[in-house]
Amino acid sequence: MAFPERARVQEILKGMWITFVSMFEKPVTIQYPEVKRPVKARFRGRHVLNRYENGLEKCIGCSLCAAACPADAIFVEAAENTDDVRFSPGERFASTYEINMLRCIYCGYCEDACPTEAVTLEDNYELSFISRAEAIYTKERLLVAVPDNGAPTPQIVEPGLFNRAVPMMADPTD
Amino acid sequence: MDQALIIEWVIKAVILLLFGLTGFAYLTLYERRALARIQVRIGPNRAGPWGLLQPVADGIKLIFNQELIPATADKVLFVLAPIITVLPALIIWAVIPWGRQVMIGGREINLYLADVSVGVLYLTAVTSIAVYGIVIAGWSSNNKYAMLGGLRASAQMVSYELALGLSLIGPILMAGSMSLVDIVEAQKGIWFVLPQFLAFIIFLLAGLAEINRAPFDMPEAEQELVAGYHSEYSGMKFALFFMAEYIKMIAIAAIAATLFLGGYRLPFIDIPAAFEPLVLFIKILILLFGMIWVRATLPRFRYDRLMAFGWKVLLPLALANVFFTAVILVLKG
Repeated sequence: MAFPERARVQEILKGMWITFVSMFEKPVTIQYPEVKRPVKARFRGRHVLNRYENGLEKCIGCSLCAAACPADAIFVEAAENTDDVRFSPGERFASTYEINMLRCIYCGYCEDACPTEAVTLEDNYELSFISRAEAIYTKERLLVAVPDNGAPTPQIVEPGLFNRAVPMMADPTD
Repeated sequence: MDQALIIEWVIKAVILLLFGLTGFAYLTLYERRALARIQVRIGPNRAGPWGLLQPVADGIKLIFNQELIPATADKVLFVLAPIITVLPALIIWAVIPWGRQVMIGGREINLYLADVSVGVLYLTAVTSIAVYGIVIAGWSSNNKYAMLGGLRASAQMVSYELALGLSLIGPILMAGSMSLVDIVEAQKGIWFVLPQFLAFIIFLLAGLAEINRAPFDMPEAEQELVAGYHSEYSGMKFALFFMAEYIKMIAIAAIAATLFLGGYRLPFIDIPAAFEPLVLFIKILILLFGMIWVRATLPRFRYDRLMAFGWKVLLPLALANVFFTAVILVLKG
């Protein structure tokens, strides 16, 4: 035949067989909203502000995260703790903590800069907003829930229990 | 011709049109699901159960699309072209039988709209009208890509029509009639696909080229021509071109089933006439799957090869098939 020098009938049938067999493979599609693929251990998703087990906030309002941020996405304003109105075990706490998720590049430098492991990038990647204002995550939205045996902040504590500017820290494990 | 007969015909015509239009909508879903399965995906399954409302969603979206008419287009022809393309695809269905007779309310009703004595001729005549729609669409858009797509379509469809027509002659000779009902009844014993296997293959190949399906979709080769003859079309007018293509897919499958695969008949056994449309439907579904499967597998042909294949391979083969069929039939007496 003049035409099919290369696209020989045999080759076409071979191709047809391959596509036919592939019909019976399990689809690779992940049905996203129902099925979510777990993220990797060191995935950098949305930030959270962590708490200690007693419910106190880890953030001491030092603004090192804001200083480390290459995208200038973090704004921190600190205020003094007192024993009657105590947010964190340190001398100060973050009275305002805002991250603009539209500016954030998820580099994780804030996490590296944080002296108390207060801000960490977790596994949540489902960020969507319908306005620019909504893209600014405030402290309330970033803070994790109060642990079971902890109390919500601000707490009233005995005087003299917390007298360090920066709380004691164990060596990081990760 | 009494009044009841006219009413019966109108009802049958409306049913056929509805079948064509919903068939088009659901063929798009069928194709997307089948393609997805072949590509190891799942396919549209969000709108409604198993994605069954996807065609509805697509339709609503297309209706609300803005319709653009290019400033330099020939407006009358531009609007007319999609209509000219769709109409033949729909009126093909008039002569395709989808069963024998059923009794409804003491009245014998033929399960076909018309048993034309030159049914096959009607088919070839009607299918070739569609090329006008495509050429006019390409020309009236006043766009070089659309123009080239239209030119290609005309060249391709005219070339493959010869092979298509010749491949139909085999079954006609064997049945001794051009009426599609007679041809189906002539396949009582053995389907024509066995004695006319070559004609069957030629018909499918030429049919694919005739309806501009992959791998013969040169008129709308995206990589070269944007979208070919319908580059400038949007909204419902664009949908009409797709409608024509998909209804013609179903029609080609139906014709192939009728002429070569025994139409509404099962081999050797007679089934109640009420189930015969179902038999034809299943055969159409299988042939449609074949078309989708070919699309999922084969890349588009190069244009010169496409023409060479049509003229140098399919046409001589089809002629030889006609010749040998005729000789054997004469020798058998």
